[in-house]
Amino acid sequence: MVTDFYNYWIVIALMMIGFFIVIVQGNLVKKLIGLNIFQTSVFIFYISIAKVEGGTAPILTEGVVLYSNPLPHVLILTAIVVGIATMALALSLVVRIHKAYGTIEEEELQERDHEC
Amino acid sequence: MLSHLPILQVIIPLLAAPACLLLDRGRIAWAFSCAVAIVSLAISLSLLHQVSGAGPLSYELGGWDAPWGIEYRIDLLSAYVLLVVNGVATLVLVAARSSVAAEIDEAKQPLFYVLYMLCLAGLLGIIATGDIFNVFVFLEISSLATYALIALGRDRRALWAAYQYLIVGTIGATFILVGIGFLYSLTGTLNMADLAQRLPALAESASVYAAFAFLVVGVCLKLALFPLHLWLPNAYAYAPSIVTAFLAATATKVAVYLLLRFHFSVFGASFTDPVLPLEGIFLVLGIAGVFVASIVAIFEDNIKRLFAYSSVAQIGYMVIGMGIGSATGVQATLLHLFNHALMKGALFLALAAVVYRLGGANFSHIRGLGRTMPLTMAAIVVAGLSLVGVPGTVGFITKWYLVMAAINGSHWLLVPAILLGSLLALVYVWRIVEAAYFSEPVAGTETCREAPLGLLLAMWLLVIANVYFGLDTRLPVAASDGAVRLLMGGAG
Amino acid sequence: MGQILDFTLLFLLLVTAVATARVRDLFAAVMLSGIYGLVSASFFVTMDAVDVAFTEAAVGAGVFPLLLLAVLAMVGRYEKTAYRRPWAALILVTITGAMLVNGTLDMPAFGSADSPAQQHVAQRYIEESPEEIGIPNMVTSVLASYRGYDTLGEVVVIFTAAIGVLALLPSLGGGVRRKRESDGMGDHQVLRIVSKILMPVILLFALYVQFHGEYGPGGGFQAGVIFAAGIILYTMLFGLDTAQAVIKPSVLRVLAATGVLLYGGVGLLSFLSGANFLDYSALAEDPVSGQHIGIILIELGVGITVAAAIILIFFAFSEAAGENGEET
Repeated sequence: MVTDFYNYWIVIALMMIGFFIVIVQGNLVKKLIGLNIFQTSVFIFYISIAKVEGGTAPILTEGVVLYSNPLPHVLILTAIVVGIATMALALSLVVRIHKAYGTIEEEELQERDHEC
Repeated sequence: MLSHLPILQVIIPLLAAPACLLLDRGRIAWAFSCAVAIVSLAISLSLLHQVSGAGPLSYELGGWDAPWGIEYRIDLLSAYVLLVVNGVATLVLVAARSSVAAEIDEAKQPLFYVLYMLCLAGLLGIIATGDIFNVFVFLEISSLATYALIALGRDRRALWAAYQYLIVGTIGATFILVGIGFLYSLTGTLNMADLAQRLPALAESASVYAAFAFLVVGVCLKLALFPLHLWLPNAYAYAPSIVTAFLAATATKVAVYLLLRFHFSVFGASFTDPVLPLEGIFLVLGIAGVFVASIVAIFEDNIKRLFAYSSVAQIGYMVIGMGIGSATGVQATLLHLFNHALMKGALFLALAAVVYRLGGANFSHIRGLGRTMPLTMAAIVVAGLSLVGVPGTVGFITKWYLVMAAINGSHWLLVPAILLGSLLALVYVWRIVEAAYFSEPVAGTETCREAPLGLLLAMWLLVIANVYFGLDTRLPVAASDGAVRLLMGGAG
Repeated sequence: MGQILDFTLLFLLLVTAVATARVRDLFAAVMLSGIYGLVSASFFVTMDAVDVAFTEAAVGAGVFPLLLLAVLAMVGRYEKTAYRRPWAALILVTITGAMLVNGTLDMPAFGSADSPAQQHVAQRYIEESPEEIGIPNMVTSVLASYRGYDTLGEVVVIFTAAIGVLALLPSLGGGVRRKRESDGMGDHQVLRIVSKILMPVILLFALYVQFHGEYGPGGGFQAGVIFAAGIILYTMLFGLDTAQAVIKPSVLRVLAATGVLLYGGVGLLSFLSGANFLDYSALAEDPVSGQHIGIILIELGVGITVAAAIILIFFAFSEAAGENGEET
């Protein structure tokens, strides 16, 4: 039981740490770092699904019959690109918010919005 | 070429976006995008025609058979939603020129239209695809474009709203990704039709329930279902006016579509989760959404925000339909998907006109505007009455089907709740009427002129559609009826 | 042995994640985030996902921390506020995590070869792709052909991000730009010479990765990132103005669009012989060589757009940082 799933459980713990950072942190950059941990951990989850015990990397090799599953690898390649694209856009928003408000702390942003 | 229509529906706007980037001027980019949107609309009309005649279309991308390659699958439901999205997107785009010219820097206007095309292509891709991972990819295309579009608003709060939406949207997308991961690990496939065949054998599995829960919560974040709606009001209020009109009429509709698709087509109408009894939850959250959001709307001073809260309430109605769970209930959801696009499209375009002339859309701006901008204000009144659900408008049709579904399903308490919700809508619409027609204009607005022609034209086409489809309900009723039969198929 | 390695890496990830949550210095958090990317990449190698490892290393330990650093230079490195509503968040996270753990209980055991994921669709990719597509790297076959449409979507996503960044950050190429004092590190003689030697090697390596993706790990995306990294290195050493004189932002915009159009254009070419969108078999007499041509072309499209988009994004951030510096 534990040996079957310990891998997934650690990955879930990683996801949740990332998720936690996104929710509780007031700093906009730190939130994104948390979001990145969350996403990267989901990637690890997928890649774990693809693992075949005793298999090798899915590149055709003489004399090898057991390969890891290439499909989750492809999905995660796409997801990594989507992730970095999201981060780039988010960071450009952070830069603009800093310019417009002079802060990137959530609480101060909300205060400054109430002022006007 | 006719057999390639399913892919052309998505690929034309998708490739139009980079092509549009090569055009340097705002005006040319706009004209080009309009042409593309009109072609796209024509394709969706033709698809709906084909599908209602010959049944679902399947298109294998790359020529690979279905579960191995990605399949596009257009059935009556997707054709219907494609038409709604394309119709509104085209009208909004035609109206966009003057408003965009006023609200966006000249140098950024081509980028605006590129993002608009990307967002449209993303939404269409979500609807057309039959592959669950492909849904995720196109969801992210449309989402990224949406975040950038919202952030282009002139108010600095647009930036903050876009950031918040980005965080919530990305969490939602990641939840969907987790759900897809579970499904793949259990079944070994990503094709939705193939999933639907393999899932019943696994019905009692905790992993399937987890997959279901994560997919539903992920989509509900995108849908802005109460209480996950907190990102929506500011995003709609501070986005450029044209973007608000486009998003309000399309993006949440696509989320509703996804919810229906996952729930009925992938998991099957008879699938229920013992831990997360979806129908009960939808009823409770739907009603709570209607009341809370409508009441907040009544006290709102910014009219764009007012209607944004109203959108949260209207999403409540759509979810109530699904919560009732009967064929009539789901049909009410589908009808409201169409009807709400017509209402909010008209309302937000009218507000775009107000912002264009007066620089803002608070109650102080619209005082006495019934005299200076009679056509625009009349449009708000008619579409507002439709929102309330007055007979003779599309809003009435939705409420009628919802009440029928509630009565048939013996949900007696729902009937007064729906009526009370309409009453609350009447209160906030009346506030606008009062300000526009029974208040003295603020100094300086007496000379204000009527909205530009493009905006008026698109807005009134939508208003007329609100009345026309309120009287002649054949098209939406027939299409939604067929779609419901398709969805509920096995369970009768 | 394998299990010990897995466990160690996962444990390292756990430590890094907890440290990231606790640390208050954003600069340290960025470094930890880079470490997280690098360790994940190592974990992917132990999971036999070499292509993914390559990409994660380039993105998670390369591009992402780099962008974060550029932003920190503008917004400051210390965070102020304490945790907000930590208990509510803890409850939410615990519930979510519990649902996930519960969800794993009925999953096939980790590493099993006869689980549905390994049996159904994937089997064809493993058994038949070497003949059907004619290339040994199955990941490339699935990425470029079986699921080539997802990859088109992926290219559009990075294109969208670049357009979004351009729309949000100070205009590139448009408007009058002031000439800045040398803002690079070009005064350092050693750096100058080393980089001049290194540059061609990096760019050559990018080309190698671009065209070797069929046989080993690599492909358009990785090549694009490496190429961009070369240009970024150049920019850091010689300053933004010099870099933009070599590669004009307006050209990059055209290139970013061209990559997507090339990819889509290959898809449309299939129509000519009556085949479906992205069916490369129709590109030549022999289906397998058709696949070959198609994959080379679309990988090229991916590489062009990715390189152009990442350079554009980096330029936009550097430019914003430059303006920020002048204001303060």
